Amino acid sequence: MNVPADRKYTRSHEWAKQEGDLIVVGISDFAQESLGDVVFVEVPEAGREVEAGEAVAVIESVKTASDVYAPVSGKVVEANEALADEPELVNGDPYGAGWLFKIEPSDPAEFEALLGAEDYLKVIEEES
Amino acid sequence: MLVEMKRTPMYDEHLKLGGRMVDFAGWELPVQYTSITKEHLAVRKSAGLFDVSHMGEFFVRGPAALEFLRWVTLNDPAKLRVGRAQYSMLPNDKGGVVDDIYVYRTEEGVYLVVVNAANVAKDWDHLNRLAADFDVELEDASDSWALMALQGPEAEATLQPFTDVDLSTVRKNATLPLTIAGVPARIARTGYTGEDGFEIFAAPGDAPELWRKLVEAGAVPAGLGARDTLRLEAGFPLYGHELTDDTNPRCTPLAWVIKDKPYYGREAIEDASCAERMVGMMLERGIPREGYPVFAGGAPAGKVTSGTQSPMLKKGIALGWVREDVSAEGSDVEVEVRGKLMPARVVKTPFVSPVK
Repeated sequence: MNVPADRKYTRSHEWAKQEGDLIVVGISDFAQESLGDVVFVEVPEAGREVEAGEAVAVIESVKTASDVYAPVSGKVVEANEALADEPELVNGDPYGAGWLFKIEPSDPAEFEALLGAEDYLKVIEEES
Repeated sequence: MLVEMKRTPMYDEHLKLGGRMVDFAGWELPVQYTSITKEHLAVRKSAGLFDVSHMGEFFVRGPAALEFLRWVTLNDPAKLRVGRAQYSMLPNDKGGVVDDIYVYRTEEGVYLVVVNAANVAKDWDHLNRLAADFDVELEDASDSWALMALQGPEAEATLQPFTDVDLSTVRKNATLPLTIAGVPARIARTGYTGEDGFEIFAAPGDAPELWRKLVEAGAVPAGLGARDTLRLEAGFPLYGHELTDDTNPRCTPLAWVIKDKPYYGREAIEDASCAERMVGMMLERGIPREGYPVFAGGAPAGKVTSGTQSPMLKKGIALGWVREDVSAEGSDVEVEVRGKLMPARVVKTPFVSPVK
């Protein structure tokens, strides 16, 4: 299972990566694999204020609809508009072109408190 | 309590093929091998292979076998010649459905009834209770047969090299014993995908080898996920979703199955009014899911019993039960998708028909 060490993770299988002042958010390889073929992604609108742990996006696979939770609090500044036409990017490139949205964080400590790659791997092991 | 899940004879094949195993009615079966969408499209465009060994098989034999089956099923098995099969249902005495089934007349005086895996125990009890009044013998042969379904426009071409029977002469709903790849089997030209294809009954010991040969011949292994999206595109009900102990088959698109003859529970089925009807619905935007509420003009009008995004149409499709006054084809309704009312239209099923 691919778990890049250059970013942080949540127990609910989002990843969060620092990019300048922003936090880019997506779902992990484990999450996309569990969901199966992604057919629709609903991303949050730019400008929306979100709390860490709040359901802010929805990923629909053939089988089911799943919430995506904000790993950190702050303001959504951009969402991945390419997913409207190519939701399958979430399956094909979950850590790259399949990113979901970017947050301007309000509390940097929240990012630091997220899981590192090693701890996230343990979470996956518990669930597999 | 820990309950050991049951495994079909093809269990090791599923693992070798990378199947993602899930619990389905107590059976450990693959929901997918690679991708539900890819497996779905393989069945629509070439040929897919499903392990459906979890389904139950009952034999009905004896002097009153036909009389008994005419009493306990809604369709009329008197119309079946030897070597023919029909879709049917077991009615209860409360205007509902115990199960939807397939009845095969395999020999003179012998009928095979294939039932849903989740209902094997319930159906067995129900049939035995009603059989007390008839000179029949029931046999639960569920563990004696492996069952696979080879489905899709290339199903015939995929199977033909393994048998001497000219498959082009085997019509829809026909069934016959034959030899496939050197082992005894029974085929039926039936299925649950809306495509042409065969269901193949074989001995548990022979089935894995046959499975491997069909996969080597090009059949794409397909899991429960694709089986569900395919049957939904075809507008077929799934027991426990569209059909239950409380749903009246007279109020569904499957009402054709009810034939005018005496049968168990007939009064209850005929007396009930259809306050709600089972329909197909299509959405331009949004993906309907089981349990989503349906509205009409803002007022509650029913609910979705199965829904997905159609891999063929790339649109949300659903089966569900809605108020009679909005159940006609073309009626405008709304499906509540995560708090938002999405426009939907009542449409005729199947949503997708075979191309050829």
